[in-house]
Amino acid sequence: MTSGGTAGGAVISASDLNLVFQTNDGSVQALKDVTLSVDKGDFVSFIGPSGCGKTTFLRCVAALEQPTGGALSVNGMSADEARRNRAYGYVFQAAGLYPWRTISKNIKLPLEIMGYSKSDQDARVKKVLQLVDLEGFGEKYPWQLSGGMQQRASIARALAFDADLLLMDEPFGALDEIVRDHLNEQLLALWKRTEKTICFVTHSIPEAVYLSTKIVVMSPRPGRITDVIDSPLPAERPLEIRDTPEFLEIAHRVREGLRAGHSYD
Amino acid sequence: MRSLLPILTVLAAILGLWYLAVAPMNIRVALDQAERGGATITPEGSLARKDVSTWVLMVRNPDHISAGYTLERPRLPTPQQVGQELWKTTGKMAMRGRAWSKRSLIYHGWITLQSTFWGFLLGTTLGILGAVAIVYSRVSDLSLMPWAIISQTVPIVALAPMIIVLSSQLGVDGRVVPKAIISAYLCYFPVLVGMVKGLRSPGRDQLDLLRTYSASGLQSFVKLRLPASIPYLFTSLKVGIAAALVGTIVGELPTGAISGLGARILIGDQFGTPLAIWSALIAAAILAGVLVTLLDIVQRLTLKRMGMAA
Repeated sequence: MTSGGTAGGAVISASDLNLVFQTNDGSVQALKDVTLSVDKGDFVSFIGPSGCGKTTFLRCVAALEQPTGGALSVNGMSADEARRNRAYGYVFQAAGLYPWRTISKNIKLPLEIMGYSKSDQDARVKKVLQLVDLEGFGEKYPWQLSGGMQQRASIARALAFDADLLLMDEPFGALDEIVRDHLNEQLLALWKRTEKTICFVTHSIPEAVYLSTKIVVMSPRPGRITDVIDSPLPAERPLEIRDTPEFLEIAHRVREGLRAGHSYD
Repeated sequence: MRSLLPILTVLAAILGLWYLAVAPMNIRVALDQAERGGATITPEGSLARKDVSTWVLMVRNPDHISAGYTLERPRLPTPQQVGQELWKTTGKMAMRGRAWSKRSLIYHGWITLQSTFWGFLLGTTLGILGAVAIVYSRVSDLSLMPWAIISQTVPIVALAPMIIVLSSQLGVDGRVVPKAIISAYLCYFPVLVGMVKGLRSPGRDQLDLLRTYSASGLQSFVKLRLPASIPYLFTSLKVGIAAALVGTIVGELPTGAISGLGARILIGDQFGTPLAIWSALIAAAILAGVLVTLLDIVQRLTLKRMGMAA
């Protein structure tokens, strides 16, 4: 495998990453010359229309897809090695909790697989339930929880083991706006407390601007990066920050970037 | 309780149709008997009546229709007659301490139930193992599945005698083993199909999630695929146990067996006693109903324990 090995502090470093899918209708360039570096403690959002490769990039980092060209390193090793070292937690768009396990048992799933001791499992479940504000819900079954609570439980599951990197693929995409605002606030607080590095795929411009220290704007056909914005917003971000001129200015720049990607149609 | 009313409605409709059907079915026998008893029947003589349709006979001899409901050896016994015969060969005999008499349906039902049980066990095991092989190996997916489907297109009645002959050739004594094999032959298929579907029910995200934990194949089987397949398993088991019972009865039919519900049906046919056939049939239906209900209860309890109450 290739290794990026450029930046010392970079958690993820990709250079000229390419991925071509072979489909029945010919080949599709899902990623074209993607070069990006994510530093420790960053909150990076990937935004763009469907087919821009944002999810594909995340899946490459998770070694769920194999790039067909370029170099990618995660924690200084190949993506596949990083996966085998359990370097990241992954949160899918659907919470994907097992209906036959209680919330606690769902959170224990990765811990059981990774061979944590029983007492350690219990301590970790208690800790992460607190982190996502679900104390007292451990013995409930998923169907007894709302969609937002289920997604929080799935984030807790990704936080339960010691991965410094959190990959989130549109985790709040299926939730309504009010729940989403609430979860965004909670996620920021959680990020600050845990000091994890987070990669976050989203469709929503306000969500991307509100959460991120770095916003990656992507565009489709072929999937590529059109703009990378380092957010000047302060670390302390109440929801009202979304009405300030600074916030609107970044949102404007993201929108411009998205539009530029669409210049051909 | 809510499901009781529709079931009773259908049952009442079936019984109604049954009672109606008894009249045309039994009219000829009833007329023959009445004629022997000295009554005047039009037309006279059973030979002359041969070419006259059932309906015409009923219209011309309305007084003798009711006699069809009380015949000793009816073509089609009434539900009441079947019920009495059933009671006579089960409860009544049991009360006299003769439940294990060769004339008791309890004894014959027990013989059938034993083979059904072994066939169900064998068929379910084969079905589950086959499903695991199909899900985990592309080769067996391509090779096993078509044969499984073909196996069900062969009429079991044609296969049953061969299985009996082969197993006695191989030195297997008794009838329990060959009957269980026939029973398993019918029973494994629904279990196989259901379990393949169940084991494949987890979506891509679910499997990807386990890959991000770098879970082993065994771990993803035990923690994801197996529990996800349980609701499918029970649905197939209910179909499977009914199929196993049918298989056992079929195994008792063409093979000269003298005990078991299938043998009762065959003997009733050979000796011209439809009452015996019908009571054995109803006994088989009751047995099937009890078995499926038992599995249904186990399913409810299991899913409830697993937190997946339906």
